[in-house]
This record gives sequence, structure tokens and C-alpha cells, in this order.
Amino acid sequence: MSIAAPVIRAGLAASRAGREASQARRALVLCGLAVGALMLLPVAYLVVRALEADASSWDLILRGRTVWLAVRSVGLAATVTLAAAALGVPLAWLTVRTDLPGRRLWGVVVALPLVIPSYVGAFALLAALGQGGLLDAALQDTALAGSLPDITGWPGAWASLTLFTYPYVYLLVAAGMKGLDPAAEEAARSLGRSSWATFRSVTLPLLRPSIAAGCLLVALYTLHDFGAVSLMRFPAFTQAIYLQYRGAFDRAPAAILSLLLVAVALSVLVLEHSARGRARYYRSGAGSRRPLRRVALGRWKWAAFAFCSALSLAAFVLPVGVIVFWVLRAVSEGEEVRFTWAAGLGSILVSSAGAAVALLAALPVALLAVHRPRRLATVVERVSYSGYALPGIVVALALVFFSINTVPLLYQSLPLVVIAYVVLFLPQAVEPLRGSLLQVGPRLEEAARALGKSRLGAFRAVVAPLLAKGAGAGAALVFLTAMKELPATLLLRPTGFETLATRVWSGAAAGLYGKAAGPALLLLAICAVPLYFLARRVEVDEAEVESK
Amino acid sequence: MALVLCLGLLVVACGGAAGGADGDGEAAGTTLTVYSGREEELVAPLLAQFEEDEGIDLEVRYGDSAELAAQLLEEGEASPADVFFSQDAGALGVVGAEGLLAPIDNAILERVDHQFRSQEGLWVGTSGRARVAVYNTEALSEDDLPDSIEDFTDESWRGRIGFPPTNSSFQAFVAAMIDAQGDEATLAFLEGLQANEPELFEENSDVVRAVAAGTIDVGFVNHYYIYEVAAEEGDIPVANHFFTNGDPGALINAAGVGVLNTTDQAGAAETFVDYLTSDKGQRFFAEETFEYPVVRDLEPSGDLVPLDQIQSPDIDLSELGERLPQALDLLAQVGFL
Repeated sequence: MSIAAPVIRAGLAASRAGREASQARRALVLCGLAVGALMLLPVAYLVVRALEADASSWDLILRGRTVWLAVRSVGLAATVTLAAAALGVPLAWLTVRTDLPGRRLWGVVVALPLVIPSYVGAFALLAALGQGGLLDAALQDTALAGSLPDITGWPGAWASLTLFTYPYVYLLVAAGMKGLDPAAEEAARSLGRSSWATFRSVTLPLLRPSIAAGCLLVALYTLHDFGAVSLMRFPAFTQAIYLQYRGAFDRAPAAILSLLLVAVALSVLVLEHSARGRARYYRSGAGSRRPLRRVALGRWKWAAFAFCSALSLAAFVLPVGVIVFWVLRAVSEGEEVRFTWAAGLGSILVSSAGAAVALLAALPVALLAVHRPRRLATVVERVSYSGYALPGIVVALALVFFSINTVPLLYQSLPLVVIAYVVLFLPQAVEPLRGSLLQVGPRLEEAARALGKSRLGAFRAVVAPLLAKGAGAGAALVFLTAMKELPATLLLRPTGFETLATRVWSGAAAGLYGKAAGPALLLLAICAVPLYFLARRVEVDEAEVESK
Repeated sequence: MALVLCLGLLVVACGGAAGGADGDGEAAGTTLTVYSGREEELVAPLLAQFEEDEGIDLEVRYGDSAELAAQLLEEGEASPADVFFSQDAGALGVVGAEGLLAPIDNAILERVDHQFRSQEGLWVGTSGRARVAVYNTEALSEDDLPDSIEDFTDESWRGRIGFPPTNSSFQAFVAAMIDAQGDEATLAFLEGLQANEPELFEENSDVVRAVAAGTIDVGFVNHYYIYEVAAEEGDIPVANHFFTNGDPGALINAAGVGVLNTTDQAGAAETFVDYLTSDKGQRFFAEETFEYPVVRDLEPSGDLVPLDQIQSPDIDLSELGERLPQALDLLAQVGFL
């Protein structure tokens, strides 16, 4: 009896712990399913509308042109993604791992193009470099008059989408690079590998998850973008969808086309999944992580500096310069330039709420994907990308349809705008979270539990701090993208509620660039704040520079 | 759980804010919800004047006309909208065809020229917008321009013309041409244009800017864009050339207004429609937005060619929408989309 009591007590404690664990697991799965269900709304709506299609709608879809548009869109997404990776990965390396002059400053500056909405950026590129644009006008009386190449079509769409999305790759890869353990690289170097061979055979493979995540965000962004492709007059899949709504007022073919877009996005996801691989990315050796060594660039120093300068000039200084030019011109013509502070507050309110809720919704998705990569988790994760692959108007109409038919109170309310941002941008919160979770080895958690922590306690002590980093990045990304969102905000906002994006739109829709420029400038200024913290986060502590 | 909690908080917070706003509205009198596809920059002064004159508060939801039409179709019977104020007749036609518009009072309908209102009396035009060719006055004079838009397929115009094929006004013109001349003739015309290597644009105002800059000599847009661009950029060397005598290029589309049959503010809605088609409303469109008044016996302002000389092709603007899928199809076939 006196011997049995502790044993029984221990047994009870063990079964309680087991029960707790399975309860936690069940709660996680339930949360994941709830998020998955929310994310499925647009697809469900599209199926409802697609079923209404008559024979003529199907005729419209099932022909060469649809395939042609799909090929163009996928081609654009592929070339933009490649270029974004070609810019983002070297930039991350330069700003994190080398002695680039002004490294800390560049770490923030090269991320700045992310604050520029792609439609504003494309517009500014056209206004600066297009035919009849500012440069064209300046050249008019010189020998170079009329010599500017036409940038519309693929070159313009490719350039603008690359310039304004490469920061996704840069930010995620830079964060991944900072989390690397130098031990692996040192081992490779000590075995006689050159520094380039080390980078290629050790560093790059370790960065695969962050590169894949960044590329995925860029590829899907390109697939769903409408603003830049339409301004650059590059016929893409989204344009066909918008034409059905705007030109033909026909929702059935638009729904079928949108479902096809989701299918294309799903195949991109499968591709990304295989690129990511099933490898482990956490360190498992003994000892603690040491700061990374930095590489001396030597005579390449100034070439790298010029590269960063040229890129920032094209992707940030130029568009901002054009907007400032419009503001100045409006002022000089005696127009009143309004910065619309109330709209600024409105933007901040809905975008931060969107970021916070997206983060909460992303947590179960990322946890399931990393810790329980089984069929259910995979399905939930894939589904969570469907909103991100769809143009804003489709997601907005889906939410109109569901909210007005189920919870009319929610219709045209701020919470509905917030829900739209979650449906549209969830992957931007999931990716950084998953990235940081992948770097937490299961041993860490096990060690904490062996030291007497409960499952929840181990999570709190070990996983949460690491997760916080990814959470900050995810929230900042969603906030930035939500600040720029237009089509869903226009349709779902409470009547009279304004954001900076809607102010930019209402000026630009009337062809009054002076009116659009004030709120656009304020939008950039507000977005620059979270971006600064996002970019600073990836900065490494001063470490000794490795000699050549 | 946290998600639900957070959403709940938001609902409470926002519900409180919205409730406060509603309360103010009721205290002041009736509030009419307007879905406006017409740009805020253009019509806000008129709507403010309406509120002052009639003592009816407006809650105006601005958006793209076609997107607002799609939204109204999704909302169906539950729509919070009382009135739909649209940029073009096509969007009104679609909402009307879906059975969502209530008939408009005959007295109001009859003020307006028959070509600018729904034949079933479901919507009424508020202003007219003529298709024109804008031309660079430094490169061309009025006499250099042909009488018919169809003459722009002539080789002499190669590399000199431009238009916005994704824009709904241009698509409405193509739909009107299909209505008047059939598929084959329209396709032949579009192919003729394509052979002349036109410059394509996204927005009407960009076409006018390109003509002003001399990149192209002629552009196909609505007649009021030169005034809009001039307001922003000062004097520009661009003028309107009107097509006349029922030429397919002479389409006059209408911006208009319809009352949703779900409205619980039928009286206020009718006051609104009445106001837009009153002398005061019509003068606003003629003088401030440089559009054509649509009420009989009112003259357009400035140098606009009178409507009776233009003789827009005789078509029912509501039905233009039915030709649009075909128009998009032809535009895509030729490679303009």
C-alpha cells in the first residue's frame, strides 16, 4: 500500500499528461480545420457560380485563348520568380554575410521596394520611362528624341513585378541566413572546399526552405496580380477574369477562369513542396550556435555597392521620385495636396487587425505543417494558399456572397475587411512561421520536457521564443500587403470608410495624379516603419570578418 | 479560440462605431445609400449640394461601375443599396435584367430623350458621353480627319492612332458597331485597325496624354477626357473631332441612375433621381463635368457639337450589355486584349 501509492500517483500523472497532449493535439487539428474552412470560402463560392455556367460560357473557356493566357501567366510568374531569386539571394548574402560598405543601411534600403504597391510602381515606371513619359519629354529636343524602347508588354510587366516583389525572397532568405549555424560551413572549409564551393554545396542547400518560401510568395503574387499586368498591357489570366466582370458582366466564366487559376497555383505549390525537400534544417550537434563570420569582398566591394545602388535607384528612388514630382506639380499649379490623415488611420487600423488575425490563423497551419506533416496538414496548408492565388475581386465577391447570406450583420463591416485580408494574405504569415519552426529541432522540445517541463511549458520555453521571430516577420508582411490592398477593400468596407489605397484609387480613377500622389506618399511613409523593423531584424551582430 | 475572441472584439468595437454613425444619421433625417460608379472627384460636389437642398443625407459608396454591378448581383434581395448611380448604361442594364431595379416614375422618364433611358423604364440617363477622335492640333487640322471612324483603317494612319481596348467605353463602342453592322463587318474593321499598328492604352486619359505629347496623332476616347487632362496639365494641343450622321463611331453612351427594388426609401430615392435630371443637376453635368445634358431642350456647354447633329446610332443602350461578350470575343480574336 505504502509502496503502491507513489506508483499509482505517477501513473495517474502520466495519463493526465497523455490526455493533455492529445487534447492539445485535437485542439490544434480543430483550429487548423477551422482556418482551412475559412480559406475554402472563395473556392466554394466559385464552384457555386461555375455550376451556373451555360454552354456558351464553357465555349468561351474551352478554347485556345484560355490555354494561351494560362501559359503567359505561368511564364510571367516563372521569369519573375527566377529574377526575384537572382536579386534576393545575393542581396541577402551581401547584407548579412559580407563587409559590403554601408551593410546595415543597405539591409533596410534594398527591402524598401516592398512598400510600393505594384500598380503604383508600374504606373510610375511608365510615367518615367514609357513613351510620352517624363524621360521621353526631356529627350524631345535632343538627338535621342523618340529613341526610347517601348516597355509595355512582357518587359514592363516582368520588370515591375520583379522590382516590387524581390524583397519577399530577400527578407525570408536573409532571415534564414541569419539563423544558420557556421559549423557546417566551417567543416566544409576545413575539408578544403573553396568559399564558393562551400556556399553552393552547404549554405545554399541549408537555405532551400527560405528560398522556396520566398519564391512561392513571389510566384503566387505574380499569378494573382492585376494592377501591374493591366497597366503594362500584358494579357494575363487575371486580366481575362477582370474582363469577364468588368466588360461582359458575366460571373460564370469568371468563376471558371478563377478556379483554373487556383489549379495552376496548386501545381506551383506541389512544385515548391518538392523543391523544399524533406530534409531537416535544425542543428543537432553539441555546443551552442556561434555568430556567423563575414566574408571580405575585397575588390568586389564596390561592384556590390554599385549593384545595390542601381537596384534601389530603379525599384525605390524612381517610383518615389515620380510620386514626389506629381505632388510638387500639383502644389505649383495651386492645387491643394491632401494627405488624408483619416484614411491613413483607417489603413493602419484594418491592416494591423488583419496582420494580428492572420498571425493567429497562421499558427495552427504552420504548427500542423511542421510537426504533423500528414495528409490532413498538407491539405489544410494547400487550401490556405487558394485565396492568395486569386485576384482580390474574386475573394471579395465570395465574401459578399457568404456574409450577406449567412451573417448579414458582418456585411460591409470592418471585421469583414479583416477576414478578407486573412483569406488573401495568410501564406505571408504562414511562411515565416514555418521557416522559424523548421529551425527548431524536436530534440530541443524533448530536452525541455525531460527537464520537467510540461508539453505546454516546453512549447512556451523553447518553441515560442523562436516562433516570435517568424511571427514578427509574418505580421509585418501581412500588414504591408494589407496596406496596399485595393479591390477587396473597395467592395467590403463600410460605406464611407477610407484607406490610403482607396484614396489613391479615387484620385487615379479620375485621371488626377496630383490627387493620388498625396495619399500614395503617406502610404509609403507609413509602410516604411514596419519594414524598417522587419529588415533590421535580419541584421547580424558585428562579427569578425573572415580574411581571404 | 483566440481567433474567435479577437474577431468578437472587433465586431463589438466596430459595431459600436457603426451604431454611433447610424444614430447621427437618423437624428438628421433620412439617409439614402448610393452605390456610385461615378468618380468621387467629379460628382461629390453635386451630391453635397443635393444633401443641402433636399435635407436628405447620402451615404455614398464609390467604386467601379461594373464591380458595383457585380456586387449588387451578389447582394440580391439583401442589398443595403437604395440607388445605383452608374458610369455607363451597360452596368444598369445588367442589374435591371436581373430584376433588381424598380420602375422609375413616368414624369421623370419623359423628361429624358428616349435614347438615354431604359425602354422598360428601369433606369434613366443623367448625362451623355460622346465617342470622339482626339487629335493633336499641331500635327493635324480638323479638315484632315475623316467623317467616319471606319476610314481609320486606311494605310495613311499606320502608326498614328491609339485607343484603350480594355476600357468599357471602347468596348461599348465595339458592341454598338456589332449591333449596327454585324459581326463580320466589325471584325473586318478591327482587323483593319490592327493592320495600322495602333498604340494600345489602359486608360482614356493616357490616350489623351499620348496625343498631347505627339506620340500618336489620333486617339479614340470619350469627349470629356481632354478637359480632364487639361485641368491637370494646363494647355494641351489636343482637340475633339466628332463623328456625325449616325456613324458607328458616333455612339453616345449614358451615365444613369436606377432605384433598387429592395429600397425602403422609395420616396427619397425618387427625389434623388428627380434631382439629377432637374435643371440644376443637368447644368452641373454640362458645366462641371463637360458632359451632355440628357433632358430635352437643354444645350451642351462650350464647343460641344449638338446632339441632333451627332445622331448616335439608333440602339437600346440597355441591350448593349448583351453584345459585350461578343465584342470582347472579337477584340480578343484580333489581339487587342
